Amino acid sequence: MTGTPNPLAAFTEDKHAIEQWILTTRLADYVAWGRKNSLWPMPMGLACCAIELMAMVASRYDVARFGAEALRFSPRQADLMIVAGTVTKKMAPAVKRIFDQMPEPKWVISMGACASSGGMFRSYPVVQGVDEIIPVDVYIPGCPPRPEALIEGIMKVQRLLEEGARAAHERTPAPRPGPATAVR
Amino acid sequence: MPLSGRRVKRPGRPGLLEVTYLPSILKGMWITLRHLFRRKVTMQYPEQKWTLPENYRGLPALVRDQMERVKCVACFLCEFVCPPKAIHIEAQEIATGVEKGPKVFEINMLRCIMCGYCEEVCPEQAIFLTKEYSTVGLSREEMIFPKEKLLAMGGIRPDPIKKWERLTSGQAREERAPEPAGAGRSAAR
Repeated sequence: MTGTPNPLAAFTEDKHAIEQWILTTRLADYVAWGRKNSLWPMPMGLACCAIELMAMVASRYDVARFGAEALRFSPRQADLMIVAGTVTKKMAPAVKRIFDQMPEPKWVISMGACASSGGMFRSYPVVQGVDEIIPVDVYIPGCPPRPEALIEGIMKVQRLLEEGARAAHERTPAPRPGPATAVR
Repeated sequence: MPLSGRRVKRPGRPGLLEVTYLPSILKGMWITLRHLFRRKVTMQYPEQKWTLPENYRGLPALVRDQMERVKCVACFLCEFVCPPKAIHIEAQEIATGVEKGPKVFEINMLRCIMCGYCEEVCPEQAIFLTKEYSTVGLSREEMIFPKEKLLAMGGIRPDPIKKWERLTSGQAREERAPEPAGAGRSAAR
């Protein structure tokens, strides 16, 4: 075979030459990359925060730039729950049930003062923070928060996914529904 | 029967053109095409930011005066007026001996509704609402901001009254001295 150049010569001489042609990664990183760029939120709109949630999806803030524009009203198709609004004790079982219906892996954003801590409703019909019934990953302050803050929250979830951090409900045991524990 | 006495006419069978759906599709595509040449409305958020109005109410923060003293005198007015009771204060004596100061000053940002009552009620102009609107947190504990963090957020705002100079130099006491005894409010009662 004299005279004909070996087509694989470049690769046999330099072992790293192949890296110019093929992108290698870990499977976990690849999956995380896919997940983080296609978060499908479940809009748990319970009060006025949901208006800002809609503003975030609309054209001015356009969350499609982050791949999270596909709001799924079916929990079976969603993997990010955005609790936007006051969680009353009457609504709490429904919120918990919808969270349980979401497939793994799932993430939760608690949007606004009411969902995060009860806000100004320090009263018996309001759950003092949605983290008393479901584990929350990202908290967003504000009454209501601006759409930018919500985008910031989604970026935080993306960063958690990128780092390979486990979701809050995997890290901590599911909180027991009961009377408000730490009302601060 | 309709109230107007007229019957609504039932639409007739669709024509051949309508059955193909082509006019509707073209109409829809025309709207999409028109939007391509309109002004772009999307704000590229993390890179591009909104210009906030002067009176925007974001997260509250404590400020220091021009001598870097904590302006807050722990009068508890903001804690009292705060609708969601997000503020927690513990007072202490401070070196000058004329005023109190906060030992603990915490604001639970997840309770805070940015109403601005604290700024409005503060007699010392020590608490202000900043223009911070995009803070997020990973835990509840993290979102209870301690005094140091609030002071770092607020920065320095000069105090035009220069209360401290007057109080520590005794100037204020001299000004009050000429008043005859018994002319004060306590005597009027």
